[in-house]
Amino acid sequence: MNIVVCVKHIPDPNLPAEMDGKTLKREGVQGVMDPGDEFGVEAGLQIKERLATGDGESGEGEVTLVSMGPAAAMEAVRRGLSMGADKGVLVSDDVLKGSDALATAKVLSAAIQKNGAFDLVIAGVESTDGYTGTLPGTLAEFLGVPHVSTVKEIVSADGGTLKVNRQTADGYHVVEVGLPAVISVTAGVNEPRYASFKGIMAAKKKPVEQLSLSDLDLSGDDVAVKQEVTELSKAEEREGGEIIEDDGSAAAKIADFLKEAKVI
Amino acid sequence: MSTNPKKVTLRPKDFLDIDALLSPEERMLRDAVRQFVTERVNPGIEKWFEAGEFPREMATEIGAIGLLGMHLEGYGCAGTNAVSYGLACLELEAGDSGFRSFVSVQGSLAMFPIWKYGSEEQKEQWLPGMAKGELIGCFGLTEPDAGSDPGAMRTHAKRDGDDWVLNGTKMWITNGGIADLAIVWAKSAEGVKGFIVPRGTPGFTTRDIHRKLSLRASVTSELIMEDCRLPADAVLPGVTGMKGPLSCLSEARYGIIWGAMGAARSCYETALEYSKTRKQFDTPIGGFQLTQQKLVNMMVEINKGILLSLHLGRMKDEGNAAPEHISFGKLNNVREAIKIAREARTILGANGITLEYPVIRHANNLESVLTYEGTSEIHTLILGKAITGLEAFS
Ligand SMILES: Cc1cc2nc3c(=O)[nH]c(=O)nc-3n(C[C@H](O)[C@H](O)[C@H](O)COP(=O)(O)OP(=O)(O)OC[C@H]3O[C@@H](n4cnc5c(N)ncnc54)[C@H](O)[C@@H]3O)c2cc1C
Repeated sequence: MNIVVCVKHIPDPNLPAEMDGKTLKREGVQGVMDPGDEFGVEAGLQIKERLATGDGESGEGEVTLVSMGPAAAMEAVRRGLSMGADKGVLVSDDVLKGSDALATAKVLSAAIQKNGAFDLVIAGVESTDGYTGTLPGTLAEFLGVPHVSTVKEIVSADGGTLKVNRQTADGYHVVEVGLPAVISVTAGVNEPRYASFKGIMAAKKKPVEQLSLSDLDLSGDDVAVKQEVTELSKAEEREGGEIIEDDGSAAAKIADFLKEAKVI
Repeated sequence: MSTNPKKVTLRPKDFLDIDALLSPEERMLRDAVRQFVTERVNPGIEKWFEAGEFPREMATEIGAIGLLGMHLEGYGCAGTNAVSYGLACLELEAGDSGFRSFVSVQGSLAMFPIWKYGSEEQKEQWLPGMAKGELIGCFGLTEPDAGSDPGAMRTHAKRDGDDWVLNGTKMWITNGGIADLAIVWAKSAEGVKGFIVPRGTPGFTTRDIHRKLSLRASVTSELIMEDCRLPADAVLPGVTGMKGPLSCLSEARYGIIWGAMGAARSCYETALEYSKTRKQFDTPIGGFQLTQQKLVNMMVEINKGILLSLHLGRMKDEGNAAPEHISFGKLNNVREAIKIAREARTILGANGITLEYPVIRHANNLESVLTYEGTSEIHTLILGKAITGLEAFS
């Protein structure tokens, strides 16, 4: 089974965001692999390992990481390789600077198709910088395969079918999808492994194909930005919250509040 | 030379952009340890420190990352460069000196002598399990009456047929009580020799030292050998004389140079955050000139200390670091780290004396770090001899 995992290099979300006009400053800032993508890489590795140990069909196949970003995005690819992925593809091109989600999906789909036959594409539900959440669905459309969103558990993968549980507001859906397909995984789908030193050192020797836009037979027009940020404003400071004085009904009021927030 | 520097972002936590001097691989190794410490060490450290215990069950987790014997080649070890080993020590000690000590002792003091001076059979038998953290090692050199002067040791090994019989007591031995094997240095007719003593060997017992007020999240023990009989193949064949144990110490000390800066960084970052949120006289205390001077001194010394560590690491990777260079690093960085920890403590006021914050824990730990692996006085004398040619001790 050939699995592709999309990984994104983003400015370290633990540091205060710096802006470059109306977009996030990406160059000259500390970058990391999107923490959300660790779950995607882990999911891909777990499926491959499960198949390799005979729990399902034969273990043939690879986990390939695909990323679009500046040259520094190589660090995100290496990070995924250090966790255990087999190889990487990085699309870098000056023309792609400031790309929107639509162009990104177009480029990633072209890179995935160029990489060869695939059974499953895994992405995070949304990136931890842009948060559009539109990429996995758009990517599936370009690839012409089905898309299962917000996967919280991968139940089984065999016989050309993937069985997953999909998070919903008040429970989950059990979904079976024929492969090839695209899935987006939530942060609860697994517990990503720590990269081991041996993994990190082996990652240096794993192949990463570096592609430009023309390698994908795409032109600047194909990826022209169609989306514009018109205004930017600071998020409102969090308010003090509501204080409930206990007159005997506080417990019930708090329970109602939690129910409304769908926490309980 | 460009006279117009481009606009650079100043980062309070890496002011001199030392990160840029590391290779991507070194940064990744560092980040892996940092993540481990954040997620696995920091949440439990107050509890372990207060209880005076090292969580032995974490040894295999530490091994799984590749931290144990990471700078050694083969036998299940990761084989990283010295700079990566140093970075790992820094991140571990930013968590707690006890964890860094565990890794230093296992990798540099217990695995290193087997790796460097052991027979092929000894390496095969012990190193892979030690790299995984399934087997824990300790290093017995210091004795009740032989500390700075380990050559005055009384522990001795006598031949009896093919066997060796060990007698003596080792003191202040990190990991002693949880060790599956001890590397014990003893005097023999031929000179000082290293022995691999497995737990359970008749005549070999350990006793933990309690009531420590420093390095509490680490086990420190006495090793007692009473007519402890070992087979011929328990001796490390590759070395005779004090250069055996001293070469191991040079390895471990190198890690301490970095580690001390980790403890210091944790203190500085804690004090910096605290100074921005704690208000007195209607002002964040970080706005007072005296507090700023303290914070700036800390920041300057940490950047200098890490640059020094990195310089020594690069020298070591090129094979150019002499033991005297390592003494330079240990002397400076531990001394500065203790000063920083104490200064940070003052910024936290009363909160600084509680375990809620890491600062007093680091300050206390660093007292051990100042003493073990050569006291600051001994390193001063080593450097004094190196520059004057005159020996103040022998
Ligand atoms: C927590 C902890 C863990 C340890 N772990 C280990 C371990 O795993 N294995 C191991 O073998 N040892 C270990 N040690 C022991 C450590 O290495 C010794 O404590 C150290 O070498 C100092 O010896 P000492 O304590 O006997 O002090 P002493 O040697 O008695 O020194 C006392 C004081 O005299 C000074 N002094 C001594 N000689 C001179 C001189 N010539 N000139 C000037 N000043 C001098 C010293 O600098 C010091 O200030 C550990 C110690 C501690 C505290």
